[in-house]
Amino acid sequence: MVTEKEIWNYLEEVFDPEIPVLTVVDLGVIRSVELIEDKCKVVITPTYSGCPAMKLIEEEIIAKLNEKGISSVSVDLTLSPAWSTDWITESGKQKLLEYGIAPPQDEVDKSVLFAEPPKVPCPQCKSVNTRMVSLFGSTACKSQYQCNDCLEPFDYFKCLK
Amino acid sequence: MEKQKALYEYVLRLADDSLILGHRVSEWCGHGPILEEDIALTNLALDLIGQATSLLNYAGELEGKGRDGDALAFLRYEREYKNLLLVEQTNGDFGKTIMRQFLFDAFRKPLFEKLQHSSDQHLAAIAEKSLKETKYHLKHTSEWVIRLGDGTEESHNRIQESLDALWKYTNEIFYKDDVDSVLIAENIIPSSEEIKAEWTKTINDVLEQATLTIPSNNWIQEGGRKGFHTEALGYLLAEMQYMQRAYPNMTW
Ligand SMILES: [Zn+2]
Repeated sequence: MVTEKEIWNYLEEVFDPEIPVLTVVDLGVIRSVELIEDKCKVVITPTYSGCPAMKLIEEEIIAKLNEKGISSVSVDLTLSPAWSTDWITESGKQKLLEYGIAPPQDEVDKSVLFAEPPKVPCPQCKSVNTRMVSLFGSTACKSQYQCNDCLEPFDYFKCLK
Repeated sequence: MEKQKALYEYVLRLADDSLILGHRVSEWCGHGPILEEDIALTNLALDLIGQATSLLNYAGELEGKGRDGDALAFLRYEREYKNLLLVEQTNGDFGKTIMRQFLFDAFRKPLFEKLQHSSDQHLAAIAEKSLKETKYHLKHTSEWVIRLGDGTEESHNRIQESLDALWKYTNEIFYKDDVDSVLIAENIIPSSEEIKAEWTKTINDVLEQATLTIPSNNWIQEGGRKGFHTEALGYLLAEMQYMQRAYPNMTW
């Protein structure tokens, strides 16, 4: 008989389709796992309202758990509490950095209008002499930055709180 | 008007604002003035369409006639859409798109701030989620309004023209009828006066920094909340609904 703990371990084998170094557990989108007899219910939350990866994540969770011998799997979506970058695990942040994406900084988001963009260290050379190129990046969750020292452009996983 | 009916109508209004504006902004995909703005506008459109999906699905549940978000998005006629006239206006140049978005974001941010405490939990959850995205939108559009307004003579004149052209649609943002009074009484939505005060403050602050002038002409045009639209919406729907109209019930 499979346990909830084991389900969580299996979910560590499901990767985010857009940032494939992160598992869905690292990303913090798994809100709960519940086992009732042989039926498994997984509750997930989107990073952004229009995140196009959610449907795929749902299908991949079902496929992975089926592969592990759990045939009855349902995946529900919840919006509240709303996902925050604080839910990305520490190991997830480390994996982002090694992959070349700067992890979210602890931004204070009190006055949204006209706050200076956060100081983000370059994932390549660690210099903090970097600049924001654009608030919006290759996916909804990222901004585009460039390092002024090594000149590498890089993605910054922007803070969402 | 009973509460359930009023809530359906209200959620549909919010949903249609997101859907129609999301579609409009998505028209920029591949046509942005620079790569970064192409990506930014596409991200913005994606957030709006994501919000529309949550809202339309909820509207479908409230209506209780078995229509889901897709049916509401793609299978209604023009007069059944309840979006603001502002959001259906054509993109124009980049400045007009930014101005339209700014006038809208300055309204949506305080609205979602209040709605996240709504006594209706489903609506509160959608607002809580959407607020985080809307803050980024307002930041982006405010900065562009200032940069263009306080930029070159050409950029200043062009964005001022956009403001002049769009201003007549802003009064409708605070349109109020039975739907609102029923829901205000139930603590489901905030009063429009509260939202209007915050909207006005943001508009004044940003336009002043942008050296732009609020048009003195106070001619207003409204009708979207009642389903009366400008010429622009029909063309948009023709494109948005094409697949479902040509191949009814087709799915991926
Ligand atoms: Zn560097």
